[in-house]
Amino acid sequence: MTVQSEKDRRGADGAPPPPAVEMRGIVKRFPGVLANDRVDFEAAAGEVHALLGENGAGKSTLSNILTGLYRPDAGEIFIDGEPVQFHSPRDALDARIFMVHQHFRLVEPFTVAENVVLGDHRGEGRTFRLRHRAIEQRVAELSKRYGLAVDPRARVWQLSLGEQQRVEILKALYREARILILDEPTAVLTPQEADVLFETLREMAAEGRTVVFISHKLHEVKAVADRVTVLRGGRSVATVSAADATLRSLASLMVGRELDSGQPARARTPGEPVLELTDVWSDADRGDSAVRGASLVVRGGEIVAVAGVAGNGQRELAETVAGMRRATRGKILVCGKAIRAGDPRSAIAAGVAYVPEDRLGTGVAPSLSIASNLALKGYRERSSSHGPLLRIGRIREHAVELIQRYSIAAPGPGAPARLLSGGNLQKVVLAREFSGKPRLLIAASPTRGLDVGAIETVHAYLREAAADGVGVLLISEDLDEILLLADRVAVMYEGAIVGETSREEADVEEIGLLMAGGQDPRAD
Amino acid sequence: MNNSLLVVVLASGVAYGTPLLYGALGELLAERSGVLNLGVEGMMLVGAVMGFWTVQRLHADTALSLAAAVGVAALAGMAMAAIHAFLVITLRASQIVSGLALTIFAGAAGLSSYLGNDLNLADNPARHAFNAAVFPSSMQGWPIVGPIIFGQNVLVYASWVCVVGVSLYLSRTRLGLNVRAVGEAPASADAMGINVTAYRYAHTLAGGAFAGVAGATFTLAITPQWVSGITGGAGWIAIALVIFAFWRPALCLVGAYFFGALQALSPQLQARGINLGPTELWANSLPYVMTVVVLVFVSASGARRRLGAPASLGLPYVREER
Repeated sequence: MTVQSEKDRRGADGAPPPPAVEMRGIVKRFPGVLANDRVDFEAAAGEVHALLGENGAGKSTLSNILTGLYRPDAGEIFIDGEPVQFHSPRDALDARIFMVHQHFRLVEPFTVAENVVLGDHRGEGRTFRLRHRAIEQRVAELSKRYGLAVDPRARVWQLSLGEQQRVEILKALYREARILILDEPTAVLTPQEADVLFETLREMAAEGRTVVFISHKLHEVKAVADRVTVLRGGRSVATVSAADATLRSLASLMVGRELDSGQPARARTPGEPVLELTDVWSDADRGDSAVRGASLVVRGGEIVAVAGVAGNGQRELAETVAGMRRATRGKILVCGKAIRAGDPRSAIAAGVAYVPEDRLGTGVAPSLSIASNLALKGYRERSSSHGPLLRIGRIREHAVELIQRYSIAAPGPGAPARLLSGGNLQKVVLAREFSGKPRLLIAASPTRGLDVGAIETVHAYLREAAADGVGVLLISEDLDEILLLADRVAVMYEGAIVGETSREEADVEEIGLLMAGGQDPRAD
Repeated sequence: MNNSLLVVVLASGVAYGTPLLYGALGELLAERSGVLNLGVEGMMLVGAVMGFWTVQRLHADTALSLAAAVGVAALAGMAMAAIHAFLVITLRASQIVSGLALTIFAGAAGLSSYLGNDLNLADNPARHAFNAAVFPSSMQGWPIVGPIIFGQNVLVYASWVCVVGVSLYLSRTRLGLNVRAVGEAPASADAMGINVTAYRYAHTLAGGAFAGVAGATFTLAITPQWVSGITGGAGWIAIALVIFAFWRPALCLVGAYFFGALQALSPQLQARGINLGPTELWANSLPYVMTVVVLVFVSASGARRRLGAPASLGLPYVREER
């Protein structure tokens, strides 16, 4: 880590050229949050520079400032040593800074080519009249040159998420971006697709561009970056060379302390099946079937993980088992008994607990008190109600007890749930679901958006549940998490379970292949 | 032959359909940018009264008077649309509430009637009006196409130019691409450096101008005089037309003339002594019934995307939010 002097940065004769991008003392406040607190960041031309940090460390805010989407409250930005001020995304685009957002900024009904030229006022798209032919040709050229296979005439909504990401990168190349920022680009990719992406990024850096790679996954950062800047709690804590860093040193920089490296799960003897799915089908939110003939068995005391790229029916599968979505075909047995399709109450009665992916919308009622939220499932029981009357005092006592046992950081049992942070909200959901003494626990992306500390807690609770003999069905897009927790891994692709392996035999390469539908993206 | 029922109904259908067409084109522009404008009826009425006022008060020759009147009507509609735009784009008020409020404010019991009374416009025929003497009368006498195509006034021909213009603008130009992006995915458009607010303002205002002209079509060509509430719900049909037309300008034209022809049908049947039951009832209510049917179909089939409804229609855009 070197600190450049003022003179160096100004690029006196013979001195090294100024960094392609430099941000100094960036401060950005949101109501109640200091998202960026005097952040310093610099990246050189020709390097892949990773921006590493936990969720909420300020990575996205910093990049949104660099792309002109947010205005910083304080601080300066230099491009090639020249101070710049971005008033809108247009200014940043004109400075040839391009960002691939985590949620793609594409217009779904448009073709690939139309998306690529959108907003362009320099290249093929600058003329008043759109010359579709010329535009499509240019996009085809670019996609060929960089090996980003995608049909310029296809409509974006027809494309897979991996293809959509290629469209975003094509947009950057079309604009001749010199600084390309990618926010968590591997979240929607299989491991193989991620490798292909890394190659593309290295190639782009080799052409003299600056690639800023935002991630919280250590091994990716280590694999692709030249240097790493670590953000923690809105501050920049260090910039290190990736070659010198170890996963351990990066992790402790990111979290600010040493981590337990997740003790390997002990071998358990699985019990009776608590969940048996046979050829289950259910509809998607619109149109078609999302779950198409899924079959799976979960036994008491084991954690079965469903891996897959987002959008392959995992969420719908979880909802179907939880009784929130009607199965159109197939059999769902919980502890040997069939549950009524599309009836959450019958699922709850059979012993199904559900930790939904959308924790604020489905997991809790945000404006109700924590106590009410904790009682949401058990309010019919004798301990919480007398006929139609709620026993408010008992509900409150119960809540105080759970808040203590699960160490939920809350102002009190009467505080509305929406005031809690993501991690504490998840603890409320877990506390409620566990207190129903479930036989089967469905956890859909239970750690998404949580910080490392909260992730550890959630993992510990899931292990504990399994140790108590509960069957856990874990749905996750994070392979690291899956390999850390699961006894068995099932891969879901286009609505069906396409493969299953035990953890001991699990092979990331193979799981990745299955996630992609058995096709190796490097083959074409 | 030119007096046969079909030709007469079609010829007057084109005339009656023209205000619907202008109104629908304007609504289409606004909706394609993501702004739902339910104030079309009110904007039409204000355009109708202001256009008529101009023609009565301006002492100039026919062509100049009429051109000025159409211009004033467009500006009046635009002024109303500016209120809507400010409320829903800048202040992010509910588009439905704002649009309804504007129609009530300007409608038959509101501003337009007040202006009409205050300026003493009622019960006088227009001093100048758009007449059908664009093409020589020999051409107007040609069988079938004569009355339908060559027997119309300038506003009709201008509306055809507008259909082609709007259609090409949306599908073939860079600005049109940007508008569609703003209506579909404002966050994506914003990230690509397109000024979402500016596009929405511009197209809402343009929509208001079209609505104003639509109103003037009633008072300067169809009737031509001022009566309170003269548009008789045409603004609402125009909004429905946009859905019928799947947000496509050319289909707006077809739909407008279809509804116009329905309107022309019942007086013609009466005049010819043909009795098809309560024609007035079914001919006049059919547009509304069809609107309901189409709306149900559109919302039930979940096929909005394929039909072409802009994805962010009715939703305000906020950039800095977390």
